Amino acid sequence: MAPSSATLERSAQGQLVARLSKLPWWLLLILLAGVFLFYKFTTDELYSFILGKLKQGILVTIFVTTVAYMAAIVLGLIAGLGRVSKNPVVFNLATLYVQIIRGVPILVQIFYITFVVTPALFAAVNWVGNGLAGPLGLRPMLDYLATANPAQITAALNDLNGFQRSVVWLAQVDAQSLSFLTRVIFALAVAYGGFEAETFRAGIESIGKGQMEAARSLGMSYVQAMRHIVLPQAVRRVLPPLGNDFISMLKDSSLVSVLGVRDVTQEARLYVATSFRYPETLNSLAFVYLSMTVVLSLGVKWIENRMEHGRSG
Amino acid sequence: MAAADNPKDMIVIKNLTKHFGRVRAVDGVSLTVPHGKVKVIIGPSGSGKSTVLRCINHLETPTGGEIWVDGIQLTHEHKNINAIRAEVGMVFQQFNLFPHLTALENVTLAQRIVRKRSKEEAERKAREQLERVGIPEKADVFPAQLSGGQQQRVAIARALAMDPKIMLFDEPTSALDPEMIKEVLDVMLWLAREGMTMVVVSHEMGFARNAADEIVFMDKGVIVEQGSPDTFFQNPREERTRVFLSQILH
Repeated sequence: MAPSSATLERSAQGQLVARLSKLPWWLLLILLAGVFLFYKFTTDELYSFILGKLKQGILVTIFVTTVAYMAAIVLGLIAGLGRVSKNPVVFNLATLYVQIIRGVPILVQIFYITFVVTPALFAAVNWVGNGLAGPLGLRPMLDYLATANPAQITAALNDLNGFQRSVVWLAQVDAQSLSFLTRVIFALAVAYGGFEAETFRAGIESIGKGQMEAARSLGMSYVQAMRHIVLPQAVRRVLPPLGNDFISMLKDSSLVSVLGVRDVTQEARLYVATSFRYPETLNSLAFVYLSMTVVLSLGVKWIENRMEHGRSG
Repeated sequence: MAAADNPKDMIVIKNLTKHFGRVRAVDGVSLTVPHGKVKVIIGPSGSGKSTVLRCINHLETPTGGEIWVDGIQLTHEHKNINAIRAEVGMVFQQFNLFPHLTALENVTLAQRIVRKRSKEEAERKAREQLERVGIPEKADVFPAQLSGGQQQRVAIARALAMDPKIMLFDEPTSALDPEMIKEVLDVMLWLAREGMTMVVVSHEMGFARNAADEIVFMDKGVIVEQGSPDTFFQNPREERTRVFLSQILH
């Protein structure tokens, strides 16, 4: 009798250990650190001062990430559809884009798009504008504008009609007029678009061939079948990876600080450069990122759970 | 070029070939399906019977030969293919219902975007078809909540709602549990009696005997023998047919 009750007791103990080991302790530890830092932010003057310094940067980080992410989704969807296309031109263009993105570090991409691609795009626009200006007889106007003072320019532009004015604008618009903020958003969108393309491709390919065949056999075109049958199922399936990419992008957006865009990382760097308060500043910076990513990853988890228990798809 | 030798022929296949790489899945098949008739294609697996069926609505691109559907020749042009597909209903072994749509939505979607019917008209038609296949009460249910037999009947309703002139069935009962086979075959039998032009690839010999006007036996990409059910089952001409029948009729 005695040995068996001892085993029972041990197993009860074992059960308790098993149950305890299943708890999300990591989350508890993060919460504890969070509570501690929150306490610091409210009581410690230096910490609350630093948080105040970072506040504006947090908004910039969220803004950059949100806008770039939405653009990346659109780009990724287009490139992902290209990756499953049977048209060799479309397929190869999309694959070229994805391969370049996958093979170049994101920091290098940000530099490249900011300092090479953006000026090149503007040069192309100028070229088109200049090309149109010749046949439209606007050449002398452009030459005059190049030497005129601001008042003269305004007067001269007022004499033109809307179409002429846009051609002049195309010919003259300068890459300098595009802020670094806009350029890094563009860069992040292009960089992440390549990753989202592969996510969408995987999602589309995970939908059985029979779905496309059934849709086509009912007389739907490829585009109609994609839009009404394949994509709705594929998108639902890739929601969790898409959510995780949003978290990744939030973190990678810190790279824009190297171009002086005043996101939360840049604000921290600026403060530390004059105060040398490294531990306090970086504690605060890491805390800001971590609290955003933890909340977001709980959101992704929630989506995953909902999908598992929800209707098929 | 004559569209079809006989205007009453709904499907005319002339010397159809389909190669997958080196494999000759279909190797010179000619077949005619007159209006309102039912052809049942049987044969061992890999005999090319499903490939013939899938070539009729261009789910497979033929390597050679000609296919005429209701007097129109099938070409590689997209417009032509989509137009013919809308006239040819197809039912698959794996049902292929759209899992993100309810039964009713499965039946209305193509009506709306291909036939350009209004929402009301498409829904009326869809309910009518679900009624015909015997599951009007499942209209608002998602496919995952339906049994295999019910799913296949929704798939048939989905095809019928397009008012097809021809129905193709690709082993419609092969993926079903035995007790659900009959409910699907009953729908098909009734469809055959109503005068639908049908091409059925199936192993259901009972159905073949009851519904087929003609049985086509295929092996290794060619038609070995075809004839009325009576002669086919009672008096097969070819040795290969006899061997096959003895294997499946136990």
